[in-house]
Amino acid sequence: MTNKLFRYLLAAFLLVSFKAISQHHETAGQHAEKSEHQTENTEHDEGFDVGELVSHHLADSHDYQFELPFLHKTIHLPVILWTNKGLSVFPSSKFKGDNQGKVIVTDDKGNKYVRLHEVIYYADKLGEHEHPSAFDFDKRPLNFSVTKNVTGIFFSFILLFLVMYLTAKVYQNPKKLPKGIAGFVEPIIIFIRDDVAIPNIGKAKYEKYMPYLLTVFFFILFSNLIGLIPFSPFGYNLTGNIYITFVLAIFTFIITTLSGNKHYWKHILTPDVPKLLWPIMIPIEILSMFTKPFALMVRLFANILAGHTIMISLVALIFIGGTLMVAPVSGFFVIFMSFIELMVAFIQAYIFTILSALFIGLAIEEHGHEHEAKHVEHTI
Amino acid sequence: MNLTSPETLIFWMTLFFLIFFILLKKFAWKPILNAVKEREESIENALLEADKAREEMARLKADNQKILNEARAERDQMLKEAKALKEQIINKAREEAQLEANKEIEKAKLVIESEKQAAIKELKNQVSELSVSIAEKVLGEQLKNKEAQLKQVEKLVSDIKLN
Repeated sequence: MTNKLFRYLLAAFLLVSFKAISQHHETAGQHAEKSEHQTENTEHDEGFDVGELVSHHLADSHDYQFELPFLHKTIHLPVILWTNKGLSVFPSSKFKGDNQGKVIVTDDKGNKYVRLHEVIYYADKLGEHEHPSAFDFDKRPLNFSVTKNVTGIFFSFILLFLVMYLTAKVYQNPKKLPKGIAGFVEPIIIFIRDDVAIPNIGKAKYEKYMPYLLTVFFFILFSNLIGLIPFSPFGYNLTGNIYITFVLAIFTFIITTLSGNKHYWKHILTPDVPKLLWPIMIPIEILSMFTKPFALMVRLFANILAGHTIMISLVALIFIGGTLMVAPVSGFFVIFMSFIELMVAFIQAYIFTILSALFIGLAIEEHGHEHEAKHVEHTI
Repeated sequence: MNLTSPETLIFWMTLFFLIFFILLKKFAWKPILNAVKEREESIENALLEADKAREEMARLKADNQKILNEARAERDQMLKEAKALKEQIINKAREEAQLEANKEIEKAKLVIESEKQAAIKELKNQVSELSVSIAEKVLGEQLKNKEAQLKQVEKLVSDIKLN
């Protein structure tokens, strides 16, 4: 009975997912077509731009396309800019879906903006056919808009908070056994405590770092899982975004650096090698302070991004082939990849957390065991 | 993948992370971790107490055995003493009875002796009376001859043996 129900649910889920993606493709195609008409570029008139579709799915956006079979709607999120004339807020609908710098938006302070690939520039500072980098801060205002991924971060955190708050409620009577949601969450929390925090940080000091490790682990896990569900209000590419992993890695870096004891700094500034080697070793040690969180950032970002790219590309195969015959094959591979990605979702959350714990543990350890740490890092 | 403005996500991510970190820490992690720790401690305590109770029980059992053994030993001791007492009493009674019997025998011996003496005395008296009468009769017949008479008397007298 349950088995049957489960099968129906799975079928419905897959149907909804594929429909959502195909619908999205249609709209993306329409958008692309529209802009192509505007540029009067006839080269790709009939072609289907996979790159466009993939990058559109993976990138952040000012518009949130709500994708459900019966509800397909674009939500225009607010644009918040810090310009040379102060704060400027207007809805992103003013750009009318344009991402090619064709629509010029004027705000109430008289500034003119254009949007190129989801980056907003000053219209008057942009030359003809110029495509500046997003890091060119002279040509664009600082952008604090609520983008799609911002709503994703918020959604992920709200979900996380809700789940954990409900779990905490179960424990109001401490004698009670963990039931319902707590029965699912508690083993993970205990796992993080007993197999991640205590072995790496040590029994004496681990309690201080538990909230951080748990927050990071569950945020990454929730974001990874939310990213795997391919329709709204899920399907964000949060942990596959390098800015988000950058923030997570920075937090680990700050905590590591701030909790570093004198052994940690001694190890960096006066390494245990002949003084002749110090000019080489000290820069290496200082560099390694930064490479550790850098590796954290890139590992998570690349893993999740790669997974999303493969999935969307497999679905796009149907449209590239232009025939429905490809669908079963790519469908099979998408399901196969989904299982792998499900595993990756847990593994990457675990790796980020255990390495964070390891780096913190190295920084507060009384005697250096850096070889062990490097060994673990290399194996992962 | 096109990179978008970095500050957008970095700003919001940092903000949300800090806000929700504080919220989660206060409303979720602390209560959950505390509850789990408390429960683990209570389980550990319960186990320790169970061990203690088991030890206590073993100790009580040993005590019981000891008390039982002591009681048994005491009973044995008492039995032994009673036996000894019985023996003693019997012996004493026996000795006393012996003593009494000896006394009785002694007394009887004395009575017998005195009776004997009395009998002897009586016998002597009778013997002497008989002797006198015999002598009278013999003398009466033979005392015609004075010499013979004397001789006879002498002979008679010397024949008489006084015990």
